[in-house]
Amino acid sequence: MKRFQIEIPSDPACLKIIRSSVESLCGMAGMDENESCKIVLAVDEACTNIISHSYEGATDKPIICEGKIEGSTLFITLRDVGKKVDPSKIRSRDLDDVRPGGLGVHFIQEVMDRMEFKDCGEEGTCLFLEKIVSNSGEQD
Amino acid sequence: MEIETEDLGNGSLVRVSGEVDMSNSPTVRDSLMNLIAGKTPAIVVDLGRVIYMDSSGIATLVEGLQETTSYGGKFRIAGLTEKVKQVFELARLTDVFDIYPDAEQAKEGL
Repeated sequence: MKRFQIEIPSDPACLKIIRSSVESLCGMAGMDENESCKIVLAVDEACTNIISHSYEGATDKPIICEGKIEGSTLFITLRDVGKKVDPSKIRSRDLDDVRPGGLGVHFIQEVMDRMEFKDCGEEGTCLFLEKIVSNSGEQD
Repeated sequence: MEIETEDLGNGSLVRVSGEVDMSNSPTVRDSLMNLIAGKTPAIVVDLGRVIYMDSSGIATLVEGLQETTSYGGKFRIAGLTEKVKQVFELARLTDVFDIYPDAEQAKEGL
């Protein structure tokens, strides 16, 4: 089993650290470059939602990202200590309405096989993401 | 991320390179809005050297397209890398933009 755990500040300039870690894990899971790029995008969008909504733009709050491969599934967990998310209000928008913004949740739902928000204590939210790896065979 | 603008006479070419994400898409937006404020008749955005783009980058381009067409201007995208093309496809925007293989072809007929 391969895994990582990192904590970054909620500064958009630091998101590339999470992108790089997720990309490496996808490579170890045997994903091709295109599939890997989509997973990286989905996790990145989830992080930007944390910064924009849970932390309302604050750049000094923690985002904890854990990633692991178990069998043929890639798991990503994102934790924050910001405003709690109401899962019933999380939905993608109508893409026929072409306008700037509002694509992040659509990207996550389109790319990942599971997206689930959970309450993780007194403050903050945990987001669980899963992807079944279609290209089998972990890489060393 | 780096961005540079070139005057084409009948429009402007905006070359973007590197990663476009939440941290720097406002810079891309500022460049486009400067051109739009001057009612630039045609804007070509060359993404041939962009290796990553998130939804904030896409939102910036959608806004650029809508603002440019609102005064009758042309807004063209050039040189989508495979990775960025995937993002356009996920957003179902490949038919919304005028997309050209490269900047040279995008500049034709402006």
